Amino acid sequence: MIQIAGLHKSFGAKPVLAGVDLAVGQGESLCVIGQSGTGKSVLLKCILGLTAPDAGQILWQGKPLDAATRPAFLARFGMLFQGAALFDSLTVWQNVAFRLRQRMPDRQARAIAIEKLARVGLGPETADLMPAELSGGMAKRAGLARAIADDPAVIFFDEPTTGLDPIRARRINGLIRGIVTETGATAITITHDMASVRTIGDRVALLQDGRIAWDGPVSRMDHAAPLAGFLGNTLPL
Amino acid sequence: MKPVRLTGRAALSLTRGIGAVTLFVARGLFRLRPFYARAFGAQLVQIGWLSLPVVGLTALFTGAALALQIHSGGARFQASDVVPAIVAIGMVRELGPVLGGLMVAARVASSIAAEIGTMKVTEQIDALVTLSTDPMRWLVTPRLWAAMLTVPLLVGVGDIIGIAGGWLVGTQSLGFNSVAYLANSAAYLERWDVVSGLLKGAVFGLIVAVCGCWFGLRSDRGAAGVGRATKSAVVAAAVGILAANFVLTGLFFE
Ligand SMILES: Nc1ncnc2c1ncn2[C@@H]1O[C@H](COP(=O)(O)OP(=O)(O)OP(=O)(O)O)[C@@H](O)[C@H]1O
Ligand SMILES: [Mg+2]
Repeated sequence: MIQIAGLHKSFGAKPVLAGVDLAVGQGESLCVIGQSGTGKSVLLKCILGLTAPDAGQILWQGKPLDAATRPAFLARFGMLFQGAALFDSLTVWQNVAFRLRQRMPDRQARAIAIEKLARVGLGPETADLMPAELSGGMAKRAGLARAIADDPAVIFFDEPTTGLDPIRARRINGLIRGIVTETGATAITITHDMASVRTIGDRVALLQDGRIAWDGPVSRMDHAAPLAGFLGNTLPL
Repeated sequence: MKPVRLTGRAALSLTRGIGAVTLFVARGLFRLRPFYARAFGAQLVQIGWLSLPVVGLTALFTGAALALQIHSGGARFQASDVVPAIVAIGMVRELGPVLGGLMVAARVASSIAAEIGTMKVTEQIDALVTLSTDPMRWLVTPRLWAAMLTVPLLVGVGDIIGIAGGWLVGTQSLGFNSVAYLANSAAYLERWDVVSGLLKGAVFGLIVAVCGCWFGLRSDRGAAGVGRATKSAVVAAAVGILAANFVLTGLFFE
């Protein structure tokens, strides 16, 4: 579904991505792990078109992702940001229904938003709150509701559990797994948290020194030497 | 060799900067589809309506002070009866737009830069992109148009309030007859005086919104980054207004 081939990106003289090759199949859940500063967010920005890669290709459904094809890709795409990134000036339901409101009346969009909020465990009373009134965990759930509001075919999760306590983190992991299984969406998760990987992922890829150093099913990761340093990276339960 | 090279480099980067800002303004103003009417309406209120008290008070005190100044200064050459005309012309042509514009710069350029800078830092701008929404169209276009349309209105209201301030001082403490004061104000005021001031207001509004958006979108990470963006936006808007005022005054009246 998404194929990345030979992706290069440097900032000044500093190479960040030095030939990344990665493919994600339809309905697959891939987790990308790697130390801080290895370019996980840069990889994501290249896919979104927020940063232009120096070399390499990103294919979506076999076609290169560029200025002409990216709108169609984004229309089928949802993303949960690390800090939720809810729009401060809009209420929770307006955030969740942001995309829906551009093509349907508010009443209908609001009903869908409330339904999606319920899916992530937020009651209808949160719909009219402003994002500033939510706790960190609630904001993350609202961000998740926004990511899935328009039934995306591809969902990105950027460090979904970073900054949450273990109990909330486990709930979010469970929610994400449930949503990915239920909707059959293709999921790409960037994380440091191996508990997330075990709950959410079908496959793991390790980004190291600008390349994919290891790539395989979650069931095999306990025996993979390159991952040895990461396996302990679990939030204490 | 070195000074030549340095001058050359400075000229190049200046040209590049002007080009980038021009492109930014053109993209912000003229790519109107889709047009986000709700965002535009909110900005009309934010930029126009909520600036009214500040601009009104500024105009009131300026008009009143101007009346006192002209009265005492004019007395040196037996011309203190020109107070109404000078207050009207001075407010409408110069002080209304400039001081109103500066107050809007303080209030609006800062809040636009802080809001957009915070959105940048907290990935809300990236989130817009993932939701198939162009940040230029959603954030910048409504602000540029709202500022360009409402600041002239603010200037117009400020003109009236400023003249009223002069009239208050004139009739209450300088001994002018109320009707004569107003008749004198109107007699020497030409249409172009008013229109030129409103045009200045439109340009100043655009400068304010462009500075707020430009520096907000280029904000560095962190609270300090947003703080710097806000400061730069206000300084650039204020200097831009004063410089533009000089150029426009030359264009309009020379
Ligand atoms: N716009 C930029 N300009 C210059 N350097 C950048 C830019 N964006 C990222 N970098 C550099 O690229 C490297 C990778 O950054 P990135 O944010 O992708 O790391 P990451 O893997 O997401 O780390 P983390 O897990 O901490 O989020 C970092 O060293 C960073 O300094
Ligand atoms: Mg990152």
